[in-house]
Amino acid sequence: MRDSVGTVVSLVFLARLREAFGAGSERIEVPAHVNTVGALRAWLAARGGAWAIELAPGRAVRIAVNHDLATEVTPISPGDEIAIFPPVTGG
Amino acid sequence: MPVRVQIEDFDVGGELAALRHSDPSIGAVAAFIGTVRDVNADASVSSMTLEHYPGMTEKALATIIADAKARWSIAEALVIHRVGPLRPADQIVLVACTSAHRGEAFAACEFIMDYLKTRAPFWKKEDTPEGARWVDARGSDDDAAARWHAASKPRAKA
Repeated sequence: MRDSVGTVVSLVFLARLREAFGAGSERIEVPAHVNTVGALRAWLAARGGAWAIELAPGRAVRIAVNHDLATEVTPISPGDEIAIFPPVTGG
Repeated sequence: MPVRVQIEDFDVGGELAALRHSDPSIGAVAAFIGTVRDVNADASVSSMTLEHYPGMTEKALATIIADAKARWSIAEALVIHRVGPLRPADQIVLVACTSAHRGEAFAACEFIMDYLKTRAPFWKKEDTPEGARWVDARGSDDDAAARWHAASKPRAKA
């Protein structure tokens, strides 16, 4: 059944979070129940270490799905590019 | 192209002349230029590096310009944002708008800049005597962007 099939997505980490996580990108398969941005954040935080610290509830983190800013309830789909980054500081 | 992300510096005079393209219906050109300061959060800054998220940056800036054009009757809008290494006094960003009257051009220019500060994926990393540090986002920037939610047309036409 499709429920048992994970979702393959590309993760992109930028600026301070790229340094904290020690990588700029990652291609992963997430479990089928991890189907929103909020669920993905919690799932990644469960890795512990810097992931738990940086993605803890209440930490200011911005997440974009396919180059659009997302919210906790934004759905994620196979092939999505999901970027995780700190609040922006340009201009 | 109304949005450019580039390492090179830009020439404000040349850019504004191109934006006006001798259109006689334009009576106002408003421009904002952001530059690098040599001090931030009580530390001297010798240089900084600007990082961005290619792909999303251009999309976010194009959306911000489209939003501005939907709110005010501006003829043209331009955003140029530099990335890479920058030094104090360098130009970082140019936002410019043209319109028939100054009120629309001023308002649209400020709106674009306020939204760029909170929604366009750029990050600054400063070099200070204590080492390199990522610049923290400011709550005042969120407040500046949020005030545009209050009214659909915050300013009267000039």
